[in-house]
Amino acid sequence: MSFFIETLVGGLLAGVMYSLVAIGFVLVFKASGVFNFAQGSMVLCAALTFVTLHDKGIDFWLAALITLAVMVLIAIAVERVVLRPLVNRPQITLFMATLGVSFVIEGLAQIVMGASVHELDLGIVDTPIEIGGVQVSQFDLVAAGTAGILVVALSIFFNKTRVGIALRAIADDPQAALSIGIRLQTLWQVVWGVAGFVSLVAGLLWGARQGVQFALTLVVLKALPVLIIGGFTSITGAIVGGLIVGAGDSLAEIYLGSLLGGSVSTWFSYVLAVAFLLVRPAGLFGEAPIERI
Amino acid sequence: MSLWKQKRFISNAVGLAALALSAVVGTSVSAEEAKTQYVPLATFRVGAYASSGIPVWAGEIDYFRYINEVEGGINGIKLVWDECETNWEVEKGVECYERVKAGKNGSPVPIFLPHGDPISKALTEKSVADKIPLVTIAYGRTEAIDGRVFPYSFPVVFSFWSEASSAVNFIAEKVGGKDKLKGLKIATVYHDSPYGKETQVPLAHLAKTYGFEDIQIPVPHPGNEQSAQWAKIRQLKPDWVFLRGWGVMTPVAIKTAAKVGFPVDHIIGGIWSGSEEDVRPAGAVGKGYLAITPFPAGANFEIHQKLKKYILDKGLSDLKDLKSFGSVYYNSGVDEAIIAVEAIRTAQAHFGVRPINGEEAQWGLEHLDLSEKRLAEIGATGLQQPLKLSAKDHEGGGAGKVLQWDGEKWNVVSNGWVKSDRDLLLPLIYERAAAYAREKGITPRDATN
Repeated sequence: MSFFIETLVGGLLAGVMYSLVAIGFVLVFKASGVFNFAQGSMVLCAALTFVTLHDKGIDFWLAALITLAVMVLIAIAVERVVLRPLVNRPQITLFMATLGVSFVIEGLAQIVMGASVHELDLGIVDTPIEIGGVQVSQFDLVAAGTAGILVVALSIFFNKTRVGIALRAIADDPQAALSIGIRLQTLWQVVWGVAGFVSLVAGLLWGARQGVQFALTLVVLKALPVLIIGGFTSITGAIVGGLIVGAGDSLAEIYLGSLLGGSVSTWFSYVLAVAFLLVRPAGLFGEAPIERI
Repeated sequence: MSLWKQKRFISNAVGLAALALSAVVGTSVSAEEAKTQYVPLATFRVGAYASSGIPVWAGEIDYFRYINEVEGGINGIKLVWDECETNWEVEKGVECYERVKAGKNGSPVPIFLPHGDPISKALTEKSVADKIPLVTIAYGRTEAIDGRVFPYSFPVVFSFWSEASSAVNFIAEKVGGKDKLKGLKIATVYHDSPYGKETQVPLAHLAKTYGFEDIQIPVPHPGNEQSAQWAKIRQLKPDWVFLRGWGVMTPVAIKTAAKVGFPVDHIIGGIWSGSEEDVRPAGAVGKGYLAITPFPAGANFEIHQKLKKYILDKGLSDLKDLKSFGSVYYNSGVDEAIIAVEAIRTAQAHFGVRPINGEEAQWGLEHLDLSEKRLAEIGATGLQQPLKLSAKDHEGGGAGKVLQWDGEKWNVVSNGWVKSDRDLLLPLIYERAAAYAREKGITPRDATN
């Protein structure tokens, strides 16, 4: 039984790491209805910028601040150069534009900062601790705590601040929001900037786990089922989706892996996602679109 | 046909024949006149695996430059190369091969270095049709060791089967002999891909022979989350773990092993889990990690002193980050270049000093004899194992050195080269090659010439 619990806890904590990436997608989708394909590249770019600065001897917090500034600049550039000219275009056009943005960010990051693998030490102890006879990773606990803080902060931002409420207004009805004077361009810059901040947090934690390298962009592969299960418009959904995916993958790998030839976690979360799509297309916490017929 | 039409027909036919002849003569003249040997390089300088590739091309290019700058080429024939970006993707690799296979400026292509296991497998049959040897050092299809069935595939030096066998033999060395392997549990944590699965057959065979328990645990691509796999390791409690990763899978495995409390000095990384790029991102927990490799790290080999003096110190190196000089991947590039150069040199000795084509290079490879003496002349003693290839043996070496990471650099901890049980495995390899020949309708060639 303790092995089952250990596997479950390990999976849940791994799922939180996926949630961190999924939250970035949710932010942009919530505010603009765009599935931001460049989220993985933003995670890479943030982590690479931070580690490059830190490797040059810049203090941790200063490096984080400069990286945040870089991410905000990217947000402004994306809004000015890519999104603004495409306002009122079909969403597939915006999606394809973010696909292009992802290649540009990756290419520029490699040109400016190189393709080397960097070690990233956040000073978090990564040895296991025993809680009630169950081994738990300290690093994963810190990641879970960080995700919790992030969710609370973003909830306050969206529900209690003027900018957050304006973002929700744009998400609910862009035309009505524009008609009462909400500036779409500014808010897009804000939301991409916040997505940049989330990318930095995700990039640092994922970078500390696997090294900062171009494979960081691949972490988005697991964010997709998380979003489908949790819903594209809910930060809480991203967390819950992450927990379901992490736990599901982990348990399936252990208990079904040997029966099905292994590597079950490659597809298990996608099967779960398809099942959720069939039963609840908007995801557990997503808002189902209401359309006038 | 009227007389006029007959004359016109004859005149056209003669004209066409002359044109065709001039084209043939033109080609042969340009090939004869070519004073350079073209060696195309399929590289991946962008994408998820670029960090692994960049030092390899640097080692390779630095050695080619050394041959040109210091030795004046191979017997006076200078090497020219260009790069073709594959992004480590099969379709781009094949496209790259198609683009370069005709040669350049009159020089034919003597060998093609696919730099990617999936690419090499996709090119197996094309290379036979085009008569261009695929040289895949420490990767590629293991049964291609049998050159009677795979005349143009050369998994030179250290096949995946040899890698597995050498790892087992190193464990035997550590536990006090092969008889002590009985009852041990050896778990292979592998990248779930054809490359990763390549060692399953030899390990099953070795487990049966020596009596250890063979546990296989797949990790899905890309391997950035392995908590379930290592939970299983914790449950099964193996004595040793053989880690066959690629890219991000290796540092994540090392870190996750630490998280479940598995001792890192009982993990032996395979060839592609044993570079600085694999272990550095794991940080402090990587200290003590082992890896088996045919490319021992270090910059104290004689050839490195020459490269430093004539290439690096003169600013001619392809390395952007000089810290990688003497790294595992840099040295793999040097090794690869040495083998390419020596194969061309061997072919020149037989066919004449001129640019060599693929068919001639195949002969050169199959008669390659990198003896201790020759390695000493090159300055590669200790860096490259002695190698003797033949039509029946496209691997030649089959040994690796075991390195241990001390937190800063690799140190050799094995007693020299750890040999694989080639005598035990070769019959199996030949059987598999024969099965491939039957499936594809290939008549194995005579290996006596």
